[in-house]
Formats: sequence, C-alpha cells, structure tokens
Amino acid sequence: MAESAGRWRDLDKLLLRPGNIVSPNFEPGPELRDDLQTYARVLVVGAGGLGCELLKDLALSGFRNIDVIDMDRIEVTNLNRQFLFRLQDVGKPKAEVAAMRVMERVSGVNIVPHFCRIEDKELDFYSDFTIIALGLDSIEARSYINAVACSFLEYDSDDNPLEESIKPMVDGGTEGFKGHARVILPGKTPCFECTIWLFPPQVKFPLCTLAETPRTAAHCIEYAHLIKWDEVHSGKSFDADDPEHMQWVFSEAVKRAELFGIPGVTYSLTQGVVKNIIPAIASTNAIISAACALEALKIMTGCSKTLSNYLTYNGLEGLHTKVTEFVREKDCLVCGPGVLLELDTSVTLQKFIELIGEHPKLLLSKPSITYRGKTLYMQAPPVLEEMTRSNLILPLYDLMDKVSKDVIHVNGMTSKNDAKQSCLLKLRIVFKGIDGMTDMDMASGA
Amino acid sequence: MVESKTKYDRQLRIWGEQGQAALEQACICLLGCGPTGSETLKNLVLGGVGSITIVDGSKVVEDDLGNNFMLDESSVGKSKAKSVCFFLQELNDAVKAKFVEESPEALIERHPSFFSQFTLVIATQLVEPSVLKLDIICRQANVMLICARSYGLTGLVRISLKEHTVIDSKPDHFLDDLRLNNPWPELKRFVESIDLNSTDPVVHKHTPYVVILVKLADEWANSHGGCLPSTREEKKKFKDLLKGRMIAIDEDNYNEAIEASFKISASPGISPALHRIINDSSAEVDSTSSDFWVMVAALKEFIANEGGGEAPLEGSLPDMTSLTEYYVNLQKIYQAKAETDVLAVEQRVRNILKRIGREPGAISKSNIKSFCRNARKLSVCRYRPIEDEFNSPMPAELQKYLIDEDYSIAVGFYILLRAVDRFAANYNRIPGVYDGVMDEDISCLKTIAVELHAVAAFIGGIASQEVIKLITKQFVPMSGTFIFNGIDHKSQLLAL
Repeated sequence: MAESAGRWRDLDKLLLRPGNIVSPNFEPGPELRDDLQTYARVLVVGAGGLGCELLKDLALSGFRNIDVIDMDRIEVTNLNRQFLFRLQDVGKPKAEVAAMRVMERVSGVNIVPHFCRIEDKELDFYSDFTIIALGLDSIEARSYINAVACSFLEYDSDDNPLEESIKPMVDGGTEGFKGHARVILPGKTPCFECTIWLFPPQVKFPLCTLAETPRTAAHCIEYAHLIKWDEVHSGKSFDADDPEHMQWVFSEAVKRAELFGIPGVTYSLTQGVVKNIIPAIASTNAIISAACALEALKIMTGCSKTLSNYLTYNGLEGLHTKVTEFVREKDCLVCGPGVLLELDTSVTLQKFIELIGEHPKLLLSKPSITYRGKTLYMQAPPVLEEMTRSNLILPLYDLMDKVSKDVIHVNGMTSKNDAKQSCLLKLRIVFKGIDGMTDMDMASGA
Repeated sequence: MVESKTKYDRQLRIWGEQGQAALEQACICLLGCGPTGSETLKNLVLGGVGSITIVDGSKVVEDDLGNNFMLDESSVGKSKAKSVCFFLQELNDAVKAKFVEESPEALIERHPSFFSQFTLVIATQLVEPSVLKLDIICRQANVMLICARSYGLTGLVRISLKEHTVIDSKPDHFLDDLRLNNPWPELKRFVESIDLNSTDPVVHKHTPYVVILVKLADEWANSHGGCLPSTREEKKKFKDLLKGRMIAIDEDNYNEAIEASFKISASPGISPALHRIINDSSAEVDSTSSDFWVMVAALKEFIANEGGGEAPLEGSLPDMTSLTEYYVNLQKIYQAKAETDVLAVEQRVRNILKRIGREPGAISKSNIKSFCRNARKLSVCRYRPIEDEFNSPMPAELQKYLIDEDYSIAVGFYILLRAVDRFAANYNRIPGVYDGVMDEDISCLKTIAVELHAVAAFIGGIASQEVIKLITKQFVPMSGTFIFNGIDHKSQLLAL
C-alpha cells in the first residue's frame, strides 16, 4: 500500500537515531521499521479491556501483522472500557469486531481474528508468531499460553537456552486502579509458572460457614448459589448469564439475610459474588497495555533496553510504580530444560502414558502426545483417537525415529489446588544404552 | 437510561453512584488533541464524563495518522479538533462533545475567561510560557488543571490546584478500627457476657476473635500492671496464651485471634497524618471555609472531648469466624457506637456552622456520617503553583534526588525536559525536530521530539486516572510531578 513516509515520522525518529540507552545489538536504520512491519508477527491473546488497547497500541507502534484470539462475545458491561465496541456490536465475537475496527482506522495493518478457545489451536499456530502479547483475566489461560510459548524453547547441551527458540511474551493484568505488566523471555527471565505464587488461588468460603454460620451478605448469596440452587433445581445447572437464574439466587439470598439479620444483599453484589466480577476501568487498562506494547516494540527493535522484568502499578493512594526483577525457578517444569525421563528402548507408548501418570512431578492424566509436530496419540476427538490408537503398542523409541534423546510434548490434565486443569509439558526423553547418552548432563534432570 | 447502569457496572463497583454522578456533571476541557490528549480524553469519554471541549487549532496532516487513533485517512486536511471530537463522540453518546478550532496558546492569551466554565482543564504538549499563564488563570477561577506531556520514551504528568480534600480515600490496606485495647462500655459488657470456656465445642470454636482478644488483653493487663504486650518476647507469650486456650487444632477463630493479636497493641490516639489535618490552619474556620474544613473543625473538637483522643469509630467489622448471632450482635454494637459518635460530631458541626454565620443545616447528615466513617483516612493534597516550581526550585530536594540511586534518572529526565521546554520557548522549536541540527541539540534525548503512541497512551492513561480521582473526590491523587521512564519503567514521583 502506498503511503507517504511521513506516516511513521515519530516511530522513525526512535528507530533511525543512535542513542545511549539502547540494546547492545541495536543498529538504527530504516530496516528496523521494515522488519517490524514485514517480518514481525504478533499474537494478541484476549480482545477484552487489555486486548482492545493492545491492538491499537501495536498497530500504531509499527506492527502490521497481528492476530487476535478470543472466545468471548461482546456484552454491554464491556462498553465502559473496551473502546473498539459499540452498543450495536453486543453479541458479536470480540476478536472479529476488534480486528475490523483497528483495520478500518489504521491503514496498512492486517489483523486476523480467531474466535475460539486458546486450547483449540494447534501448537503450530502459536509457533508462527515472533512475540505474544497477553491481555487476559484468568490465571489458567495465562498458564496455558505460557506453557505453549515455553514449549518452543530449546536448550543446548550445556542447558543454555537457544536464542532463536525464545518466544518472548508481554503480559498485562488489571484490577480496578491496580495492574501489572511484565516481560517474559522464556529461558532468560522467569516464566509465568516460575512466579505462580504471585497469583494466589481465590479463597472460597467453607460450605459449613454458608450452611450454618453465615455472617456476611456474600455468605447468604453463596448459600443460595451453591447450596439452595441444587436443592431446589435437581439436575438443572445454574447459568450465571441467565438473568432469571441470577434473580432467583438474589431473592433467595435476601430471604436468608433477613432470616439471620444480615445487611447488605443487593442485586449488584449478587452478580459480583456469583460471577466473581473484577472491577475494571479504561484508564488502568490503557496504562498497562501501553507498557506492554512499548515493551513489545523494544523487544522487537532493540531500540531501548527492556523492562526487567515485572512492573506493578497502583493508583489508589497517590501513584506508585515499582519494578521488580524476579528470578527464574531453577527447576521450573515449564521453562526449564524439561523433566528428564530415562527409558528403555522397549517401552511402548501405552507404558509411557502410564509412567507419566504416576511420575510424582507430572501426574498427567489423559495425555495427548506429539513428537516434532507429529501426533503420536490423541485423546480426542474420537476419530483422531482411533487413528492414533495403533501407536499405543509400538515402542516409543521407534515412534521417535530411533534417536537416542529428544524432546516430546505432552498435553494433558493435571491437578492444581484440587482443580483439574489442562497443561502442556515438555519432556526430555533419553533412551538407555544408546550412544550419545554419556554426554548428557544427568545431574540437571529429574 | 437502563443501559447506562449496565454499561458502567464495572466502574460503579469502584466509585459507586456518587462517583459516577460527579463524573457526569464534570465539564472537561482538553488543550491539544495529539495522541496524548486524545488518549486521555478517550478514557474519560468511556467513563461517561458530562462534557468535553477540545481546543486545537491545527489541521490534520498525514504524519498525524501514525500515532493518533482518533483520526483516519478522511481526517487529513481537516480540523484536528473536529476530527478527534467526532471519533471520541462515537465512543459514548451520553457525553456532550464540543470543539474549538483555535490554538491553545492563542486562546490563553486572548480569552482567559474561557476556562472558568470548566471543572477541569487538561493541558497536553503545551509550551512553558502558556502553561504558566494557564496555571494562574485556572487557580484564580478555581478550575483544576492537569498537565501532561509525552516526549520520546519519557513524559510527565503534573496536577495543579490550590487544594484537594478527600473524605472517601478508599485506601488499599488500612488497619480496622476495633478498639480491642480500649473497649467502650457496651462492647465490654458484651464481651463479659460470653464465656470463653464454653463446654460446647461448637460455641467454643465460633466465638469471634474480637471477644477473645478483648478478654485476654484485659487478663494480660491485669497480671502485667496494666500494660499490654509490647516487646517481641511479650507478644510471643501472648500468642502462646491464645494457643493455650484452644481445645482443638482446627479452631479457626483462635487462629484468627493469633494472627490479629498485634491489633491489641495498636497505639491509642490518632495518626500523625490526621494530627496534621486537625492542626492545619484551615481548621480554624470562618464563613468562607469549605464544608470539609468545617467538619474537620468539628472533628478536632470531638477528639478533644467526647472522643477522648480518638476519632469517631468507623463502625465496620471485618468478617471473622463466629456464630451468626454473636457476629450480628457485635456488628450492631460497633454500628451503635459509630452512630453515637456521628451524632456528637453532627452537633458540633451544627454549632460551628451557626457560629460562622451559616445555616446550621447546611451540611447534610449523610455527608457528616460519611465524613465520620472515613475520619481516620482523610486526605488533603496541595500543589505548588507551577510558576513557583519553575522560578524557585528547591535545590536541597533536587540534590537529594540526584544522589539517590532510585531517583537520579527521573530527576535527570526532569531537568532535561525543563531544558527542552526552555529551548522550545527560546528557539520556537523542540530540539531534535530537524535531523540536520541534531548534533547541536541534546544528543541524549534522541527521541525528544517524538510522540510515540504507546508512550502517549501511557501518559494519557495516568492523566485520565488522576482526573477521575480529582472529579469523584475519591482515592488520593498523586502528589508532585510524575516522571515516566519508558526505558526501564523506573518511573518516579518528584516532590518539587
């Protein structure tokens, strides 16, 4: 598309001039802008409050090839911050509307929307991107994308990460007037899983409190939602998006609150408690997304040093920003060189699946297994399960083309805080008694 | 409109209907609608401010499309104010969006009274002499001012107004007001009515920690000459005392009591911050005093009299393991005491109003109630006139910042940015704007003439959040000058 050079006046000044505080391999020049526009491919995960901002910020920072993935449809409550959406868009897929709006406004940018779950995409899909920007509100989704990005990471024989296999991520999160932005360079800076303790699991009320000693409005609401609903509606599951269901929970909560003399049950609070609504405003999303987009631009061009590696923002009392340099978890299962498994060449795929189900560090159930892009076994859909079932009786060594050691990827379910969640792990397989295994650094493995 | 309550749901959960009403009444003026200005307003239009007026005299050129989302191809050649106004209006039809096609600098010169119609003025990318004039105009007209600038990978945000007072400051973590070591008679009586040694295990494990701590603090004091645990050793002993009272390890109430045991050592009386407020000269009120200061004057009297050195009781009780009946009764006791304190303060407010020649009912009961509930969290922010900051810098402060590792880069940026502004004022251009004369400019600021979209969005986000705090009169706005560091994000607030 023809356009005047003036369009990128401001970006060019950043990329064409030398400076003091740049990355060591920064070489100013017009190629940088061209690289950014031609070769850089960025994936935006989430087209909500952060995602809308990220798409705008990246498109106006010189990125031209952008994909966006989101499984949600637009709701009225999004409109106070998700500025790419209008009232008449309610009900449409977020990813599609967001992509269209940014392309309408910024010429030359190409945004491909994906209206689906992140788990629906193959690993190949994710491997195409040079950088991934996360605008998510769930820990599980962050964990998943993090594992995907880390699965591409390869290590040399000294356990140093291979530069070209690093898939950088920028991640943002907000809650009210607070937020964080971080840079994850797998293998170099802590991955999401290394610092998972930053996101403590949500505390739930004990059921006995709800049933016997309620004290707060929230207790009354959760009683109606978690106990009374099932008692009354046998078999019918509660749907938080059904206004009639919500209304029922609300009126039951009011009754219970009156019974116990507890004040404060409102419809709004009922929605908040039941749907675990996190308050969200435009300004915080703008701040956090801008920080993430700026980091993405710096990572791609080297025009300045990058955030290292975790920024917190708090605007409640005055304005506080803080940068913390977290360190990697040495034995991280996700971004480390991978759990090392030593196997006999006779171990079949079936036996291998049993082994990883029992392995104390893994405890993986229902695994699907891929090796170098080749599917060895798939749990679902049934047609794929059937197609790959015959592999189960074959030795893994044969399925891995008789190499003495290599990495395979396993996608399965694991238990975390009593909840099952899907996860993706990288395993290093070494076959016993095969040449080349003597130079393997066994000390660093399992 | 039915829609608006749903549309604003996620923010109503933060600032409530009162905050939203304040936003909807606010008239905002934006000077300069480049990316920094456009992004600031975007966040405010989405939130539903009453009206916006955009002042910008420039025409859109091709270059502008590369960093401003509130413009498109069709805007080229047209008024920038008009184009940005059009795209902002699209975001929220409840907002009255207007524009004035005139340069902010000229408007400040020609028509200073223009600004008095606004609640707040946002000045973006405005040159130094105009900032100084505008600050004087706004202060005289009692209009709030916020200045925002993006320069390359840095930028700054500065609030300017005489005084901003906050009742509902909603701090993140604030010690609850339980009076465990100083119970009033009703609380004491309730505590005495409960037997900690109940033989019913259900009652034993559902006796609220407030009761446990008040009782055991009293017991401790009786055996320690009236003193509460103060040394680390004593505090540990007190915890052991609590542990000794448990009859099963799963007694959550006792575990909560152990965790909260530090609360019995809370020092009596008011915090230094509140002390400063009640002793502020503004607390000596006359007919020109604001409602806030009238209430502070009443608070000061209350603390010295009925309060016995304490502020009014907040009246809320955190959730804790308890029988429903115990908890609800305890809650009522806290609320009743808070209500008594409100009545005492209200009486004093009425008397003060009469004394200074105002209608005794001029301040509503609900305002007094909210003031009392938040009395420990009041906040007063004052900002130096920008002219003072520029003309009489505080060398000691600057010196301190320069040698402090955490601040030296930010203060370096500040000095450079001030130099850039001086340069712009003297040479009528920003250094670095022409490639040819780059060497003569400040080479360190390689990108100074640049308004990068991501930086503008960051600065605009900060500016709009401060605007929301100022307008809703909730939360505490930043003090000093915010210096954005887009290199490593070690941004700082400088008190200058």
